Amino acid sequence: MTDRGLTHPLTRNVHQDKRVTDLAAYEANGGYRGLRKAVEMTPADCLQVVKDSNLRGRGGAGFPTGMKWSFVPMDNAPPGHKYLIANADEMEPGTFKDRLLMECDPHQLVEGMICSAYTIQADIAYIFLRGEYIKSAQTLSDALREAYAAGYLGKNILGTDYSLELYLHTSAGRYICGEETALISSLEGKRANPRAKPPFPQVSGLWGRPTIVNNVETLCNICHILDRGADWFQQLGHGEDAGTKMYGVSGNVVNPGCWELPIGTTVREILEEHAGGMLPGYKMRGFLPGGGSTDFLTEEHLDLAMDYSTIGKAGSRMGTGTMIILDDQTCPVGMVKNLIEFFAHESCGFCTPCRDGLPWTRDVLEEIEAGRGREEDMGILNHQVAFIGAIGNTHCALAPGAMEPLQSALKYFPEDFERHIAGQSCPYCDAG
Amino acid sequence: MSALINALSTRELAEIDDEISHAPYRSAVAIDALKIVQAHRGWVSDESIKALATYLEMSAAELDSIATFYNLIYRRPVGDKVILFCDSVSCWIRGCAKLEQHIGDRLGIKRGETTADNRYTLLPVPCLGACDKAPVMMVGDDLHENLTADSIDAILADDSTSRGEHD
Amino acid sequence: MPTIYIDGQAHEVSEGDNLLQAALGLGLDLPYFCWHPAMGSIGACRQCAVLQYQDEDDTRGRIVMGCMTPVTEGARFSLAADRAQAFREDIIESLMLNHPHDCPVCAEGGECHLQDMTVMVGHRDREYQGRKNTHRNQHLGPLIHHEMNRCITCYRCTRYYRDYAGGTDLAAMASHDHVYFGRHEEGVLESEFAGNLVEVCPTGVFTDKSLVHDYTRKWDLQSAPSVCTACSVGCNIMPGERYGKLKRIHNRFNHDVNGYFLCDRGRFGGHFVNSEDRIPAVGKRDGDGRFSAVDADSAVSSIAALLRQGKTIGIGSPRSSVEANYLLRELVGAENYCTGMSAQEGALVQHALQQLEQSQALVPSIRAMESADAVLVLGEDVTNTAPRIALALRQSVRNKAYAMAADLRLEAWQDAAIRNLAQDQRSPLSVLSVAATRLDDVASHTAQLCPDDIARVGFAIAAELEGALPAVDLGAELAELAKTIADTLRSADIPLVVSGTGCGHSGILDASAAIARALTGPDRPAQLSFCLAECNSLGAALVADGAGMGLEEVLELAAQDGIDNLLILENDLFRRTSCSKADSLFQAAGNVVLLDTLTTPTCDNADWVLPTSSFAETEGTLISQEGRAQRHFPVFNSVAPIRENWRWLLDIGHCAEVATCKSMVHFDDVTTSCANTIKTLFGICAAAPAASSVPAADKVPRQTHRFSGRTAMRANISVHEPRQPTDEESPLSFTMEGHSAEHNGALLPYVWSPGWNSNQSLHKYQSAVGGALQGGTAGTRLIEPGDIDAAQESSGSTAPALNAGEYRLVPLYRIFGSEEMSVRAPAVAQLCRPAGLEMPASVAAELGVSNGDGVTLTATTGNVDLEVTINDSLAANCVGYSHGVSGTGGLVPGSATKLCRAENWQRAPELIGTDRGATTA
Ligand SMILES: Cc1cc2nc3c(=O)[nH]c(=O)nc-3n(C[C@H](O)[C@H](O)[C@H](O)COP(=O)(O)O)c2cc1C
Ligand code: SF4
Ligand code: FES
Repeated sequence: MTDRGLTHPLTRNVHQDKRVTDLAAYEANGGYRGLRKAVEMTPADCLQVVKDSNLRGRGGAGFPTGMKWSFVPMDNAPPGHKYLIANADEMEPGTFKDRLLMECDPHQLVEGMICSAYTIQADIAYIFLRGEYIKSAQTLSDALREAYAAGYLGKNILGTDYSLELYLHTSAGRYICGEETALISSLEGKRANPRAKPPFPQVSGLWGRPTIVNNVETLCNICHILDRGADWFQQLGHGEDAGTKMYGVSGNVVNPGCWELPIGTTVREILEEHAGGMLPGYKMRGFLPGGGSTDFLTEEHLDLAMDYSTIGKAGSRMGTGTMIILDDQTCPVGMVKNLIEFFAHESCGFCTPCRDGLPWTRDVLEEIEAGRGREEDMGILNHQVAFIGAIGNTHCALAPGAMEPLQSALKYFPEDFERHIAGQSCPYCDAG
Repeated sequence: MSALINALSTRELAEIDDEISHAPYRSAVAIDALKIVQAHRGWVSDESIKALATYLEMSAAELDSIATFYNLIYRRPVGDKVILFCDSVSCWIRGCAKLEQHIGDRLGIKRGETTADNRYTLLPVPCLGACDKAPVMMVGDDLHENLTADSIDAILADDSTSRGEHD
Repeated sequence: MPTIYIDGQAHEVSEGDNLLQAALGLGLDLPYFCWHPAMGSIGACRQCAVLQYQDEDDTRGRIVMGCMTPVTEGARFSLAADRAQAFREDIIESLMLNHPHDCPVCAEGGECHLQDMTVMVGHRDREYQGRKNTHRNQHLGPLIHHEMNRCITCYRCTRYYRDYAGGTDLAAMASHDHVYFGRHEEGVLESEFAGNLVEVCPTGVFTDKSLVHDYTRKWDLQSAPSVCTACSVGCNIMPGERYGKLKRIHNRFNHDVNGYFLCDRGRFGGHFVNSEDRIPAVGKRDGDGRFSAVDADSAVSSIAALLRQGKTIGIGSPRSSVEANYLLRELVGAENYCTGMSAQEGALVQHALQQLEQSQALVPSIRAMESADAVLVLGEDVTNTAPRIALALRQSVRNKAYAMAADLRLEAWQDAAIRNLAQDQRSPLSVLSVAATRLDDVASHTAQLCPDDIARVGFAIAAELEGALPAVDLGAELAELAKTIADTLRSADIPLVVSGTGCGHSGILDASAAIARALTGPDRPAQLSFCLAECNSLGAALVADGAGMGLEEVLELAAQDGIDNLLILENDLFRRTSCSKADSLFQAAGNVVLLDTLTTPTCDNADWVLPTSSFAETEGTLISQEGRAQRHFPVFNSVAPIRENWRWLLDIGHCAEVATCKSMVHFDDVTTSCANTIKTLFGICAAAPAASSVPAADKVPRQTHRFSGRTAMRANISVHEPRQPTDEESPLSFTMEGHSAEHNGALLPYVWSPGWNSNQSLHKYQSAVGGALQGGTAGTRLIEPGDIDAAQESSGSTAPALNAGEYRLVPLYRIFGSEEMSVRAPAVAQLCRPAGLEMPASVAAELGVSNGDGVTLTATTGNVDLEVTINDSLAANCVGYSHGVSGTGGLVPGSATKLCRAENWQRAPELIGTDRGATTA
């Protein structure tokens, strides 16, 4: 048991049968040890440990967590609340890692959040949970009830001066709620329009107060880091990144799933060893390394390490670390159309390129896929990629993310587009 | 005004009050309150919007602005159960389009529509976060994974013996 | 002053600006939509994109939004770079995907910011082949037309309507490319400032319904600088005319007064100018009581003859210009001049004037009010008496947010960020009123009290602030309130007290002055502002020059020795006194001569009626509640025999050989004579340039240089185009040719600049974007802080005590209804309701009445029947009547009244045309 905890901290309580780990089982396996250690330390010491651990955010952007926290006003903070929010909105297409953590081991998130809140001295915390995650809502509310009863939450946690209220909020459903500033708008009961930065949430977030938003997986790591130390965490990773990572594979593979592996494990190992390779009769043509808003990579990238900088250098992003595999019998145009349709629908409607540009792009792809493509359409698509796809062109990162699969599909699979247009039909239709 | 608030049941009001108890101001719980009303009634009517807005000390326009923003707030009547059918990328790769067709044929509806017996409304939903079990859908609160035409038939047959979820 | 580089050129720009502001200020054309100078930036439309370079070596640069990028020392930008230009073109193309091609039938066409920006970026060919999204429009009431298909989703409407003006019934619905701006359900827009949507919307989604129904393109409108006559604030307006009809009123920017925004009474109320009730001819009443039209010149000589014999009393008017009132005074002699106000009203205005003149506190402009960081509104329902001030006070409460933002070094234009930061934290605003007001939603402290108590709490606040003042005996609760409010004012940098004559209570004015006095210190400029009843209340009082009778005094005089002639200037006495009193006055007077624009009940009692031009057809100087003298100019000439009020009076004066009139020929002569005669009005000549200040060839044209169809317009009459009328009275001309008005802010008839056909061209006329006009701010202030500010004796309590069964009668105001002329604009009339009496449910229960029933009100001047409206926010023992609404003329604010259920009351049929909330006064 302990062994697994040392190497697979996040999933040490995740069992084959997906049963929920309750408080007793959680404590029996070393649960809340991290918290006990944390409250023995000063918040500044905790922050130092997190900084030293080199943990990077698991929500997609990979921003160093310790650094993010260090912008929260501490000693001379103006009086008032500070907030910690777990981003459990998980709506990125092809992403299914946080659900597992919350359904199987909810206390881990709760403990991670208490440790994190303590570090930034937040007195109120929220879990912003995707509305469709009915089971997670159940496991988390049960865990919260247990944690309150056991004195891990509420007034004077573990007999210290520190108090924390933790609430569960279930979302009314929109992908943009996952964007941290939109999430904050939504938690305030408003339309989930993202906010301009600066000011960053760390100084002016929820209800205008200092706020930290972190991904579920990020927060789950915190209790282990505080329990076992930065060095231990550092050496868990394979490359320059630290810790483990929840990797996943979906698509036509033998064994789709989600596994905790050392960060920096190669794509090939994940795909071939853990996911069991392609289903018989299928060949891999490409993959989105970390969810629907990342660029395609192809066979030539199979031996790359799945870490932030390696995948970044290859022209994509590690994103959420959950890969979507494109096989040789699936139409790349159709796949991209499916993704753009999703993003066009999930655009919040605030800024022009995303609101109006994505639907146009979707329409063009639809026409091509339906066999009504025109030569000019390739030009339009390339143009839209440049227009919508660059960071800074839009108000938030949704639209640039939306364009990543298209831009890389145009790069890697141009002949597929051309065949659609030349043949005025989808060559995969019968097969697909 | 009080007549409007009476349009909300005591149970709804109690649940909303509970949310309000830890919010900085009443309208901050707008989304939670919409979800509560919907949980009880299946959808959010114009009357509910007005009653809720009054209760939350905001205008109907402001509340409607929020209600119409979110995917999971239904501003039109839905059937006893909503089928949230995932049509995002992993499910699509695994053939969800054909299965959607299958459900549609079986129930005699297209996406966005409600069956004649008012039992089901079929809505597409963005990626349900169960991509390793694609294709997937939710019927009411239950997630169904690794769908096939046969399993869908079984699920619907099974479900037809259970009752709807809202009061 | 940081130096920035734009396309290689060094520019000095203002600290704290964003790049968009800076670029526009430098005269560079950078397109934009969602940014607005009064509302700041949110970065939604992405139209203002430029390239920003890291440093000198960076040649690639990255796209940033001009409106969201602060100008910092050494920053480098390019507007002209291909990438920036291409991006901006892509934005327009995207906005156009769903925009209909309906410019030819769109009311915004020709002054459409979207058109301008489309041309500016050079976008011409669209590649999009798909279908356009379409929407259903909503009926938003009689004032504003809704055409959602034209929406480009810039969010300006809701940011203005909701964030800026506090309206709650317009919001963004749905999401992605389905965003819809509308109401929860169809109905009249509730905000009193909804009309600004017409100018805020950069395209044709919200347009002026009156204009849509009787349409003229902007370039075909003849316009002139004018001043709104619908309340005492004196917002600057640009009325537009064609075919002799007023087509619409747009905001005329005045940095210190209305800025970018008007209220709906002002914007839509001016349409009374086209009313069918215009008096068309000179009328003389025959023996049989009927009017017959007579020749204007013979009427003038007959009236002049009347003046020469017997005693003539001149009844002036607070809705007529200084010049007209002054001429009337000269015609009848100062001792025979009545300001046209009731004695109570006249005394109040006089009192207010005195307080303002003596006070060391600043009489603030509207803009100055916006900078106040603690405000007390004492007894005035500002939203309904001086609406534009309410909009300013709504901005003042944001000063707390700006202070918080400054701590985080957020620039003031970071609109969304600042709102998120401050949430509901606001600078203190306390509202003491007789009933709930529309400002209460942003107020920190509110209380509904009877006028006497408002005054007493006011004095208590003054006593809290200045220990030397006598303490006021209040109950514990009110004493606490007074203390709290005093604290908010004491700790403010710029405290402001707003009050007025609305309650008809001089004690309230005294209390306000006392508070302002207590707040004023050597290093603190406290502000004191009084809202008055009409557009020239202050002017009429100043013309009276310390004397000036009230109507009741004229009545007494008439009762005692009779009056030979009554010369009434634009005044309906039935609005100011009871029917019985007015009737007796007319009976006592030998000859009644009336000059007015529209028919009124007073008309029916006149022997002579001279038709006068409306504000849109004449020049005149008005003194606003700020003490600002402002000149309005005729937009078009009225058709003979209608003449300007001053011209009638001057003609009569010449004919009657009145000495002072002899030397006067032109309007400016009247102004000058007035300025030289009445000391306090000395400054009025500076309100605007005289006609003689520019040579004829350099006059400011009222017509745009694209004005079309000048011949065709009247081709049905004659194909020979007559000479354009000459204007000898002003520095403006009725032509397309002449000199632009850049050099004088008071003369700007319209705004236009090459490539900028919409009102957004305004920045080309401003010294800095959002700042004062290059030609100076229109108008001249007559009242500056005094140096002696002696404490004044005041009783505080002026109201008669209530006997058992009596209620205190308080005036309640309606933005649509309480003002005389605006209610005669057809669209506004649709929003008016008959006069009523509002009372708390408890009083209604005592009387056994409910909403829609009638009550009989016993007033000293006779009984009046009014419809009941329950209003639980009214102060204890108070009942409120709809002031200014027809049928309430004889009711005296503050008086004690008895009430009983009206017998034979017919309930009004249900009103279907409007669903405006019945409880808003
Ligand atoms: C459109 C969009 C959607 C996002 N959705 C999620 C999400 O569902 N879950 C999540 O953790 N982060 C999501 N993010 C990233 C968050 O904005 C934020 O960076 C993250 O929650 C920070 O957590 P971390 O630092 O722990 O990674 C999204 C970002 C964008 C632009
Ligand atoms: S890119 Fe713009 S429209 Fe799209 S989700 Fe972000 S803010 Fe909304
Ligand atoms: S004006 Fe700058 S983004 Fe709209």
